Amino acid sequence: MHVVQQILFIALAAVSIYIFAKKIKEMRRNILLGRDEDLTDNPGQRWKNMVLLALGQKKMFKKPLPAFLHLAVYAGFVIINAEILEILLDGIFGVHRLFVPVLGNLYSWLIGFFEILAALVLIACLIFLVRRNILKVRRLNMAELKGWPRNDANLILITEVVLMSLFLIMNTADLSLQALGAEHYTATSPFWITGHLTGLFSGCSATTLIVIERTCWWLHIIGVFFFLNYLPYSKHFHIVLAFPNAYYSKLNANGEIKNMPEIQNEVLYMMEPDKAPAVTGEQEHKRFGAKDVTDLSWKNLLDAYSCTECGRCTSECPANQTGKKLSPRKIMMDTRDRLEEVGKNINANKEFKEDGKTLLNDYITVEELRACTTCQACVDACPVMIDPLSIIMQLRRNLVMEESNAPQEWNMMFGNIENNMAPWKFSPDDRDAWVNDVA
Amino acid sequence: MPIKSMAEYAASGETPEILFWVGCAGSFDQRAQKVTKAFAQILDKVGIKFAILGKEEICTGDPARRAGNEFLFQMMAYNNIHTLNGYGIKKVVTICPHCFNVFKNEYPALGGTYEVMHHTTFLQQLINDGRIKLKDGGAFKGKRITYHDSCYLGRGNNIYEAPREVLEAFDNELIEMKKCRSNGMCCGAGGAQMFKEEEAGTSRVNFERAEQALETGATIVASNCPFCMTMLTDGIKNKEKEDSVKVMDIAEMVAMSME
Repeated sequence: MHVVQQILFIALAAVSIYIFAKKIKEMRRNILLGRDEDLTDNPGQRWKNMVLLALGQKKMFKKPLPAFLHLAVYAGFVIINAEILEILLDGIFGVHRLFVPVLGNLYSWLIGFFEILAALVLIACLIFLVRRNILKVRRLNMAELKGWPRNDANLILITEVVLMSLFLIMNTADLSLQALGAEHYTATSPFWITGHLTGLFSGCSATTLIVIERTCWWLHIIGVFFFLNYLPYSKHFHIVLAFPNAYYSKLNANGEIKNMPEIQNEVLYMMEPDKAPAVTGEQEHKRFGAKDVTDLSWKNLLDAYSCTECGRCTSECPANQTGKKLSPRKIMMDTRDRLEEVGKNINANKEFKEDGKTLLNDYITVEELRACTTCQACVDACPVMIDPLSIIMQLRRNLVMEESNAPQEWNMMFGNIENNMAPWKFSPDDRDAWVNDVA
Repeated sequence: MPIKSMAEYAASGETPEILFWVGCAGSFDQRAQKVTKAFAQILDKVGIKFAILGKEEICTGDPARRAGNEFLFQMMAYNNIHTLNGYGIKKVVTICPHCFNVFKNEYPALGGTYEVMHHTTFLQQLINDGRIKLKDGGAFKGKRITYHDSCYLGRGNNIYEAPREVLEAFDNELIEMKKCRSNGMCCGAGGAQMFKEEEAGTSRVNFERAEQALETGATIVASNCPFCMTMLTDGIKNKEKEDSVKVMDIAEMVAMSME
């Protein structure tokens, strides 16, 4: 019996880790479909950002209540994973609570600590479910979350509630079995939370308890393997990508819009051809700005996979607050959806086969892009340093420079700048006319 | 008060302490011109040798770049950097946060590196150094004032305190809006929105922001940007409060309060 369980367990673990690794490889390939961008400068500052923003969740604390709950879930989730190590080893070697003899009294203390964390995760996830589904916090109930994104969020929360419940029930049954002196159930001191719950199982026989304990143990670890493989398909993958995303985030001031050296050189060819860099070999034609996900930088694509759809960006967006179609969160979700579509296309056809669709127009409309004031509120709001403005700007560049698609008023503004050196139609000669009025 | 251009300084072989970058709004917009004049008066009073570029100044290209017209931006940048480097300009002070941001963050990649300051930071330093002396019980003593963070000074460049320090020097009551500093709300002009109609929505950005300013009960909304000034003034007019609430640039307030 034990051997069968061991083999089953090892097979389950191997399959789930293999599928997970395969999906990660695919995501990495998708991210690298983006244009090159060197973001390896200043590693000191980058490590600091990663520790403060990803590990320390510094920006979350702009909203203290969700921040504390989130920290509880996060800490619980990560620290309880230490217990997964024991579960894995128990499963592989067909033993039970392998670390009890090694750790002695410390063991009960550790499990007690994990139980407190598990209870916190459970409570926090229940509160999150209430915020989403009963209190209907505005940013968690916007149009772009209809359908899958909302189900995704609820599924994650419910899975965590179930996993934590299984963990606690398993420990309670275990303690009850220890009290009955059941074989294999190594005696420990009572754990901090479940030590008080054994009363629930007072009338149960050892056989029933073993069934309960084993069922919880299996469901818990199957749940963990399921969750592992669910992660990359879900917004929840931010728990992993928040780290690289914070590391590679922009170090310059938010106000800076990235330079386009290719256009800079065009102007230089025109003005001072002798100073312009010589054209060597065949130049790959790159679109000006971005029309599809492959025109974006790999960091934009990493951003898209890192987004957990919390909507802090959208709730700070002045365009969105005044009822415009623009939602920075939707920009990120669209980018991810299109990237996944391109990825599936490559999986099916070995290389990308033209599908007649692009990120611009088929996912993100001109109206959305036009509403942006470049105020950087979305950039500032994001706890994991996603930059929706960078994508908006690249799509705007494509609209204007490749498709000459600008509202009439902007074309007039461009004309004024070109001809009168100011966005309004004033005579350049009057630029210093104000000097005459200074007393 | 004579205001000399860079060309005049160069002709006489003199070097000014700073170049005052006026910007398009400061040059042509009637309301913003008042800010330009106020700042020039302050510089003159304090005795700072400053130059303007005059007719040689052209748009930095900010609205073109943010609308997506990178080519036009690069053209303007090329010409401006050419002019400034030609005069050997070291230090630039500007009364527009958009010009400030372009000089500080975007021209260096194109070969234009200068020490650049926004006028609010410059004024704060002059006050701290005792070069600007404010009247006791000036025009703003005890007045309720609120301050609007422009995006490109605030979030764009993390300058939140200098303008507030200037306002606090007037010995008044500074009341923050519910959204301020890094949470501050845009006036609606940035990203070249100033030059086009807003997209369809339920309200206008400047109406919302003006409402937040009015909620403070302030009688003066202090701004640091000619575009914010236009948007907020319109927003306050929309609420028919233009008689009781004024939008003023910090430079105008300093000019009125100097000894």
